[in-house]
Amino acid sequence: MRGAAGVALGSSLLPSSLIARTGISARKRKVVVVTFGGGARDQETFAPDGQENIPHLLRELAPQSTFFTQVVNRGILGHYVATASLATGVYETINNFASLPPESPTVFEYFRKDLKRPASDVWVVAPSNGFNRIGESSHHSFGSGWGAQVILPKYLLGTATSGLGDYGHLLRDSYETPLYAPELSGNIFELEQLETILKLSVEDFRAHALTLSSPDELSVYIVRQLMRQFAPSLLWVTLHDIDIAHAGAYSLYIEGIRRTDRLSAEIWKAIQSEPEYAGKCTLIILPDFGRDSDEDAGGNGFQHHRTGDVISRTTWMMALGPGIREGVVYDRPVDSIDLVPTLGSMMGFTASLSRGKPITEIL
Amino acid sequence: MHPEDLKPEQFSGYPPEARKLALDCLETFRRLPLSFLPSLLREVIEFDFKFPVERRHLEKELGNLRSLSLQDLRAWFREFTEIKLSESLEKLNWIASPAQFVEQLSAHLWATHQMDAFRHAALGYADKLRAAVVPEPPTSPRLGIAVIGQGVDVAPGPLFRKLRTYGAYFSAVNPENGLRQLLEVVAARANSNPAPYGHWYIDGGEPLPHASGVTCVSYQAMEPVRAALLARIHAETQKTGMGPEALRTLMAQLRPVELSMAPGGDPVLNRFQIKLLTEGSGTQIFSTSFVEWAAREALRRAEPLTVLARFAPRQRQKPMHELLSPGPEQVALDPVGSLVDADMGAYYNWMNQQRLPGSEKSLFLVWFENHKEAVAISPALPRGTVSTETIDLRGILSWMT
Repeated sequence: MRGAAGVALGSSLLPSSLIARTGISARKRKVVVVTFGGGARDQETFAPDGQENIPHLLRELAPQSTFFTQVVNRGILGHYVATASLATGVYETINNFASLPPESPTVFEYFRKDLKRPASDVWVVAPSNGFNRIGESSHHSFGSGWGAQVILPKYLLGTATSGLGDYGHLLRDSYETPLYAPELSGNIFELEQLETILKLSVEDFRAHALTLSSPDELSVYIVRQLMRQFAPSLLWVTLHDIDIAHAGAYSLYIEGIRRTDRLSAEIWKAIQSEPEYAGKCTLIILPDFGRDSDEDAGGNGFQHHRTGDVISRTTWMMALGPGIREGVVYDRPVDSIDLVPTLGSMMGFTASLSRGKPITEIL
Repeated sequence: MHPEDLKPEQFSGYPPEARKLALDCLETFRRLPLSFLPSLLREVIEFDFKFPVERRHLEKELGNLRSLSLQDLRAWFREFTEIKLSESLEKLNWIASPAQFVEQLSAHLWATHQMDAFRHAALGYADKLRAAVVPEPPTSPRLGIAVIGQGVDVAPGPLFRKLRTYGAYFSAVNPENGLRQLLEVVAARANSNPAPYGHWYIDGGEPLPHASGVTCVSYQAMEPVRAALLARIHAETQKTGMGPEALRTLMAQLRPVELSMAPGGDPVLNRFQIKLLTEGSGTQIFSTSFVEWAAREALRRAEPLTVLARFAPRQRQKPMHELLSPGPEQVALDPVGSLVDADMGAYYNWMNQQRLPGSEKSLFLVWFENHKEAVAISPALPRGTVSTETIDLRGILSWMT
């Protein structure tokens, strides 16, 4: 990977803090987090055989990033609960398929409460109904009202089209959870808010949706609308197309990876082209975990993430933006739950109940 | 309920042979930890519907456990006894429903961060068992055959990339009568080494005529069963409170007759086929997933001498709720995507074959249907080589042996 991406091994010593290097105060910094809720294995991504699937991540983004080769998820390998763990900095144990909020405070709540930010300054764009409670925890010390608003683009499109028209390709569900669509509750963004809040007419939304090819493309479209309308300081998007792998069709899994690669680059381009973000936004990209290895007889290779083997628990992370060192790779293990305290250090809030540790190499 | 409190009458709901087996082992069961025993009972309760090889394995495993002293048993299961279970798990009826217990145990292990410890304990047990009960070698070298790319004129990229390093790549195969030659080889092997469930032909579409000694499973033949299953899933998901775990439990309990499978026939094979659809993921909707999983399960469970797996085009991707809804509309196919799926599926077929005893002598052939490309893996062929010689499939197979 180092040769293909033109990056070098990093040392752990940094000359100064992120603030000193950029002149951007923590409170003015913006952060966009992109997670892949449908893990991808090294062999289909950064390993030599997989590099053809990720030209944008490998050749455009990695050379501009600080890259961590070992991000270990020691929690439950289900996409909702793993994303909740990423967002709380605690390994959550909630039912992966239930409509439940995380039990520990989320990064969104820490951010808003500590920094006294309005609801419009933090948003989550998530793939399906199962993620509708990700924005706000049930933790008693926070109460309600400090969470993020959650946009479920597929839910919006389904409502906007009432099942009519040629939108089926955008309404695909994860194969892991097609059998269960929890009832919606929490800070859900409803269709009528498209017009009043996002300044996007339902007709325009429907028309644009017809030009897209997947649910994740719809999510990225919504991300761009949010960036233009609110320029939120903390924006979290979870992509999910890759998770079609559960159906066992390798070609569709690879298509999902290639699309995610392209969309990651589009998000980075959007960050650089939006005046509110250019020069002051950090982009963090990481899959929530991996998938089972071909060698583990207990699994069925790429199809699932059920064995808990090393390959399924280990993934990567890249960070890009002002003050982040470019073209540097760290091989030391980082924990999935280190993300939240790292964001806290970057943005000036304290993730007091997180169990992770700040990742000093990007601070 | 703890294992030491087990009573004979608690096995009254087991099928006849399974019940007899369980009662013969009752004393041993009483000494096993609850974190382990239901996994064993999940196998025991299925005994009447197991393939001959599976039966022998289970009998040997139980025989080994019975032969262990109390001290040995403690040593074998020390790590399992350290797994902490919940009160609600202990209250489950794990004797009558061991599979449901195992499912809930899995959720408990993940939630309590004990999955790694359990995994370590399970791998340790498997290692000890392999050392104590030496696996039976096959009576002749196994042969796996994968036929991929039906309906594709031009492959979208190089094929067999994962398998080429293990065998010889043939670039000038004469494809004429290729399928017929392969089926003849399978028939000849079934004839010379007859064994129940010893030779399989799995087809992702409509099966071709084949020899009577060959066990055949096909996606097309399962069509009514798949339709009945999808209708059942659809109906269940409309019910309030139905979650994925409940649905999985319900699917696991479905019997062949409940899914439009004709009564009679071979109960062992019927049960196997139902499990392909109720326990497999994607097997209900994608024929490529069906063939890969069927080959995997046939190899894992029946340990056959021969498997011919022919992949066929699967339907195009659609929204999942549409894929899962039985409908009369014309199915659009994706032959090129299916070729990519099958190329990976063939690699998994080979890997699954290599997990069986006798792997050092095993043979494997993958062929791009009606085309000139194939890879043959055999101890008799040099690895990572290329042959441009014109040869038919029968010729390649003769070189392999």
